[in-house]
Amino acid sequence: MLFGIEWDTSGGWAFAVSILPILLHGLWVTIQATVLGFIIALIFGLVLAALKGAPTRFIAWPAKLVTEFLRDTPLLVQLFFLYYVLPDYGLVFPAFLTGALALGLQYSAYTSEVYRGGLEAVARGQREAARALSLSPTRTFTHIILPQAIPRIVPALGNYLVSIMKDVPVLSVVTVLEMLNVAKIIGDRTFNYLIPLSMVGGLYLIMTLIASYGVRYLDTRLPKHGLPLK
Amino acid sequence: MEWTSYVGPLMQGAWVTVELTVYSTLLGGLFAFLFGIGKLSPNVLIKSVSVAYIEIFRGTSLLVQLFWLYFALPVAGDALGIDLRLAPVTAGVMALALNIGAYGAEVVRGAIQSVPHSQYEAAKALNFTPRQVLWRISLPQAIPEMMPTFGNLAVQNLKDTALVSLISLGDLAFRAEQIRNFTQDSTTVYTLVLLMYFGMALVVTALMKLLERYVGQWRMVRR
Amino acid sequence: MKDPIIKFDKVTKRFGKVTVLDELDFEVGQGEKVTIIGPSGSGKSTVLRILMTLEKINGGVVYVGGDPLWHERRSGNKLVDAREPHLRRMREQMGMVFQQFNLFPHMSVLRNLTEAPRCVLGLSKQDATARAEELLEMVGLNEHADKFPGQLSGGQQQRVGIARALAMRPKIMLFDEPTSALDPELVGEVLNVIRSIGAKHDLTMLMVTHEMHFARQFSDRVCFFDKGKIKEQGTPEEIFTAPKEERTREFLHAVLNPDE
Repeated sequence: MLFGIEWDTSGGWAFAVSILPILLHGLWVTIQATVLGFIIALIFGLVLAALKGAPTRFIAWPAKLVTEFLRDTPLLVQLFFLYYVLPDYGLVFPAFLTGALALGLQYSAYTSEVYRGGLEAVARGQREAARALSLSPTRTFTHIILPQAIPRIVPALGNYLVSIMKDVPVLSVVTVLEMLNVAKIIGDRTFNYLIPLSMVGGLYLIMTLIASYGVRYLDTRLPKHGLPLK
Repeated sequence: MEWTSYVGPLMQGAWVTVELTVYSTLLGGLFAFLFGIGKLSPNVLIKSVSVAYIEIFRGTSLLVQLFWLYFALPVAGDALGIDLRLAPVTAGVMALALNIGAYGAEVVRGAIQSVPHSQYEAAKALNFTPRQVLWRISLPQAIPEMMPTFGNLAVQNLKDTALVSLISLGDLAFRAEQIRNFTQDSTTVYTLVLLMYFGMALVVTALMKLLERYVGQWRMVRR
Repeated sequence: MKDPIIKFDKVTKRFGKVTVLDELDFEVGQGEKVTIIGPSGSGKSTVLRILMTLEKINGGVVYVGGDPLWHERRSGNKLVDAREPHLRRMREQMGMVFQQFNLFPHMSVLRNLTEAPRCVLGLSKQDATARAEELLEMVGLNEHADKFPGQLSGGQQQRVGIARALAMRPKIMLFDEPTSALDPELVGEVLNVIRSIGAKHDLTMLMVTHEMHFARQFSDRVCFFDKGKIKEQGTPEEIFTAPKEERTREFLHAVLNPDE
């Protein structure tokens, strides 16, 4: 029994049907962790991107180092670091929040590069054109650069949303009851790992298919006039 | 306990991580070429097997794949009356290689398709067979194109090896957890381990850059 | 004219709804040098690409050396669509020079010339190298054998392209606008090479070009293509000095007096 739902081990199909609601409970946690992790990644990424673009090397260079470090070290170890080290300094979060924070930190390295890549691709050339028209830097950014950068940035961010979802099972190591952890517990108790783990695989396939479709849909719906996208 | 005393066991773990990375990257590279080329095959069976492989392993999570190979496969074997129990190292290397291979296969496919159509026409006019075209014309031009992404995938794979500690393989992440359990000195242990992974990632990146330069020599020459 | 080595019998080629060749009848004799001229989109290059089996045909029959190119003979002389082994046999007779050279960028100049003779014709390394060196000598590039194509000028690359095609010892050479991608000052060196091959070998040569002056000196026959058909053909004298068709006259006037 998990989440107050009993499973039925009388047969393969019956078992699969009985554990589906339990797995869906886990899936809901997976989705929550994905969304929260993504939001953190969007915000931290923006901060990192801004720091990397700072005019002084004393800020830009450390920001680049931090990005490299976050990107080149395993999520699992980053998660353990946060989970065990933060409480030593009096910062005690629930496991779910720590997990989402780890996801967000790791992916902020990626999102910061997306922001920078998108903005720089547009800013080259356009900034000078705007200066020639004597638009203020703020107005140039909000009215010229940002509207053109967004169609480049959004689909790339969407792909990282899918990646985050696939990394959520790592949070199971700090007891977060996401979908894989739920399936593993069912397996541990029934000695039948095949059905729950295969179902998790299937549910993941469905989720990534939906998400990829969504990203592609967004990509076609975003206005792209005024700049050649490669 | 002094932090220097962690170094010995951590180095042992790091060596396991290096081995896992090398074996699974090489095997993953093989899968990448096999299925990336397979996806472009005119043979419907080969093509659909390749597409299914790529979609399944890119569409699900690595940890799900690892657990499936380690926990679920033996159950399936039981039902079929065969012993499909895998040693942790086998399951680990297989899961990593299959996962990274699926991402690599898309890179291989894309790079082969980016070889200009005119090259295929020239090859046809010289009467090369399709197999000769693949080995002598398209792959040599496609491989340098793949290298930057392969570099990223190799680092990704290095990071992913940490997950095999969850099926009790004694890699760097596993040793770190052991020492933390024993000493409760989380800050030192995990800082050290993160730095070690970072160092290894820099080495992998440098090696892939060298390889990239080696396979792309003909692109460097200028008039 | 001797027996035609190339014969198009009511050949039709369509790209979607656009008809590029419209029941084309066309012949080229053994050893003949034929130039095809005409406005862009008139189907000139398509003729060469069909011969090199780079484009399929939608109707009619193409004969090369008396055998159908895109068909195989079955019992009772019935023609069925050709399969790959037949196409490979037929391709052996032809070599093609491309507008964009299409050299293999990852191979040295020498290997560009030896690769196909070695793996397609099965020549030994020594034989293939000897053949390649002889050809490089002929196109005046023997000093560049170890360079990559990217290190050569356009004119030099095209001369390698010609040598590469000749290394397969074809009977028919197809030139698809061989100088169109070149800077004007490099055109001459390529045309000189083509001229000397024409003089030295008994090759059948078929060329699509916009170099009217060269077409006039070089060809035995000039064909003016318009809208998927041969509008007019004849000796260079006939076409260039006294074209019969109004359309030919217009075209020649436009290309020979581009500033008007």
